[in-house]
Amino acid sequence: MGSMNPSIPSKRNSLNALLDQAQTLSSNSIRDEIVSQIHQTGSTVCQDTVRYTDENKMMRSEKLDRILTSKVWGFPIMLALLGIVFWITIAGANVPSAMLADFFGWIEGYLTLAFHALHAPDWLHGVLVLGLYRGLSWVVSVMLPPMAIFFPVFALLENFGYLPRVAFNMDRLFKGAGGHGKQSLTMAMGFGCNAAAIMSTRIIESPRERMMAILTNNFVPCNGRWPTLILLSSLFMATGFAGGAQTLVTASVVMGMVLLGIVVTLAVSWALSKTALKGVPTHYTLELPPYRRPKLWDTILRASIDKSLFVLKRAVIIAAPAGVITWILANIDVGNLSVLEHVVAFLDPFAKALGMDGFILMAFILGLPANEIVLPILLMGYLSTGAMLEVDNLNELKQIFLDHGWTWLTALNMMLFSLLHYPCGTTLVNIYKETKSAKWTFLSFLIPTVIAIGVTFATTQIAHAMGWV
Amino acid sequence: MNPRTNPKHSQKNPFRIALAGNPNTGKSTLFNALTGLRQHTGNWPGKTVIHAEGSYQYDGDAYTVIDLPGTYSLYSNSADEEVARDCIIFEKPDVTVVVLDATAMERNMNLALQVLEMADRVVLCINLMDEAKKKGIYINEKSLSKKLGVPVVKTSARNRDGLDRLQKVIQEMAYGRTKTNPYRIRYSDELEEKISALEESVTSTFGDRLPARWVALRLLDGDQSLIDSLHQRIELHRKEVHNHGVDESLYPVEA
Repeated sequence: MGSMNPSIPSKRNSLNALLDQAQTLSSNSIRDEIVSQIHQTGSTVCQDTVRYTDENKMMRSEKLDRILTSKVWGFPIMLALLGIVFWITIAGANVPSAMLADFFGWIEGYLTLAFHALHAPDWLHGVLVLGLYRGLSWVVSVMLPPMAIFFPVFALLENFGYLPRVAFNMDRLFKGAGGHGKQSLTMAMGFGCNAAAIMSTRIIESPRERMMAILTNNFVPCNGRWPTLILLSSLFMATGFAGGAQTLVTASVVMGMVLLGIVVTLAVSWALSKTALKGVPTHYTLELPPYRRPKLWDTILRASIDKSLFVLKRAVIIAAPAGVITWILANIDVGNLSVLEHVVAFLDPFAKALGMDGFILMAFILGLPANEIVLPILLMGYLSTGAMLEVDNLNELKQIFLDHGWTWLTALNMMLFSLLHYPCGTTLVNIYKETKSAKWTFLSFLIPTVIAIGVTFATTQIAHAMGWV
Repeated sequence: MNPRTNPKHSQKNPFRIALAGNPNTGKSTLFNALTGLRQHTGNWPGKTVIHAEGSYQYDGDAYTVIDLPGTYSLYSNSADEEVARDCIIFEKPDVTVVVLDATAMERNMNLALQVLEMADRVVLCINLMDEAKKKGIYINEKSLSKKLGVPVVKTSARNRDGLDRLQKVIQEMAYGRTKTNPYRIRYSDELEEKISALEESVTSTFGDRLPARWVALRLLDGDQSLIDSLHQRIELHRKEVHNHGVDESLYPVEA
């Protein structure tokens, strides 16, 4: 058919002729003329139609910016705000977590009674109640309260317009690292969801700098990883402290993790800009949007209900089958050991060198689809191997970890690995879609993984050598 | 422009409305208010980068709303600007609504003027009016509408103020009952001469499917990304013709 349509090649030719014509007519000054004409017209139009009656109020944003983005106060205020957010989260989450755990333990009693009353076989009770239900109860108890506090508080800061100021403060650091200032914006987006942040790198014009933002985005913790960081630091990082000091230390540890993530982001950006992604940073202006008073209840409700439930739903939907499979694997024996124990035993030596254990590494591997499910899978793995604890208070959660030989170093390494390891499956898919390159997608998997292994290995060896553990 | 014969626009054949605007003008809030969806909103640039689609019913007609990425220009400096530009140029929405921040009119006007050069069916929606009032900013929308040759509607999307009027204005324009005369910037005589010369060639290549003056201007500016897009569309068109054996003047291919 194609050959019967001679008009097509001619159309292509006429486009080429058109482009040639454009090229001969074009000159360098045209862009300047267009831009200046547009600005001039816009300004004239507004002069006649917009009236400002209160200069003072117009200046309010500027005054606030002078403080929040000042060279002296910018960073201290940023750290203080971040610290306050974590402190509120950690201090507020304890009591509701314990209450939820109690509640689920109470229900479990009745579930078990019901199974007995129906003469259900033991294995069914095992799979559904001891495997599935118990695992999910822990997940909901430990993940929901911190999320329900953290997300709304963070959303309030976001809707107020503070995040672009963070980007503004970080701008200089990113330029120093050879990246684009807007990388700080896409990084801030990563605090919510890395997969979404990969899409947001589209705001970066230069392909080189955009690639850099993509490759390093994973180093800030996303929604799926916040609960792991917050939970582990509250269980293990402040054991020597009591009361208010304990909360404070816990919050500082989480903040330290975030700062470490930012340092790694900058370091990797710098290294890339000197090697695979050489080039000069492009110039741009970052606009600071006006501050807005967030709609308080709207923001709180939307953030806690939408986001928390979304993350929880993802965790539960993906973790539930994983929990059942884990339980089954733990109860099918090959030789003297169950299948699960074989897998764990296989991973164990390597994991031990990184200061973790086979269960943790398995959870990270199975957790590739979504970071939300790493903790659930880990708990189910532990629960399935004998230590059948009822869910009724959070100390017992810590006991599960302690029974499997955890120390503060194990917790620290799991936090570090969670912060630094490969991006989740969704993020990798997005990276492939955005870069259309298997090579860069693989690199975005490889770089964080190597760093995560390197850092946890070094931490473990140093801690052992110094005799800290 | 609209070969549709059915007067009522059903679910199957809805009017297509595109929302364009700078980042942080409350575009996503407006999108949510119109469609009842809950696209995530946030007070910072880069929040919406892929376009989201939603729909609403008004007066018996179905409307599809496309929330374009917020951009400062449509000169295809980045991937999100290309997405917005391609939608306006090639997909030709029935109405393009430019959302402006009432508290930063001068800065927002740049994008509005660019859209006015690209399309005829444009509505300006001045959003965040509640904040403008608090800051003592007054906007004369009648005079603005007269100067720019398109309807202007004031809204405060997060309080749902002015939405009804906006929907009414969109309806009128979608049905082709609103006459517009979009403001086109007049450049220096030298540039204008070049534009007219090139405009003719653009029309002979693409017919009236693309805004000839705007394409001419962009080609004079050497907009490589637009050139790539045009090549791509001719290529797509070639395959289409190959498969179906029809050849009309180049029509916009849905991306």
